[in-house]
Amino acid sequence: MSNRIEKTIELNAPVSRVWRALTDHHEFGEWFNVKLDGPFVPGKVSNGRITYPGYEHLTFELVTQKIEPERLFAFSWHPYAIDPKVDYSKEPSTLVEFRLEPKDKSTVLHLTESGFDAIPEGRRFEAFRKNDEGWIEQLSNIKKYLEPKA
Amino acid sequence: MSRGTNRRAALKVRASVFAALGAEARLALVEKLSTGEPQSISRLAEGSALTRQAITKHLRVLENAGVVQSVRVGRESRFEFRQEPLKELQSYLERVSEQWDEALARLKAFVEKPLRE
Repeated sequence: MSNRIEKTIELNAPVSRVWRALTDHHEFGEWFNVKLDGPFVPGKVSNGRITYPGYEHLTFELVTQKIEPERLFAFSWHPYAIDPKVDYSKEPSTLVEFRLEPKDKSTVLHLTESGFDAIPEGRRFEAFRKNDEGWIEQLSNIKKYLEPKA
Repeated sequence: MSRGTNRRAALKVRASVFAALGAEARLALVEKLSTGEPQSISRLAEGSALTRQAITKHLRVLENAGVVQSVRVGRESRFEFRQEPLKELQSYLERVSEQWDEALARLKAFVEKPLRE
């Protein structure tokens, strides 16, 4: 178990194509299944509605954090925010980062989502951050314990 | 109780579990207890640089997050590891992870399809 999600995928398309699919809000909406009301601008909120069949009642919100052309696109949001009755704005948010790397005519895309350790109480959060590295390592030990029995 | 309240509660629990595990001293305690055998505070203090008071304090934090529970063995109070909160965290991250797998598969199909004429 870790406190972050990491994925790497190779896309058979040039970096410029992938970059557009990620950062053009219309194109993003097509594969992500969301209809966004405006472009991604660092520091600004983007709102939209989920278009995924069965989830059309859900709204969608993210805050663009970084746009480094053809290299890095980062935003923060509330993961797995699927209950319309919950006000997720008060919950901790996670940071999603897409990093692009050219490989011949393809693109290697690295995705990370981090910050699952963030919690509302500021003091606890600080306590956690100080020990950031140590606990990831130690959790893997706990994982070893949990898995054979799972 | 509405589903919203349940979900909110689940989020709170998750956050408190992450926070409880976010200190080396507590993780060390969890590791000691993860053998499955309930242990007393004295036993947990053996070979530890921490005082019994410090250990007790950390155990309370873990107990509040549901990661350990106290059990009585005879007249002695011992602490026992509970797997459920960690399993819940793990399955939550797995759900989020699966959603990304699906989204990335859609992205792949999207960028690899020939451009419209």
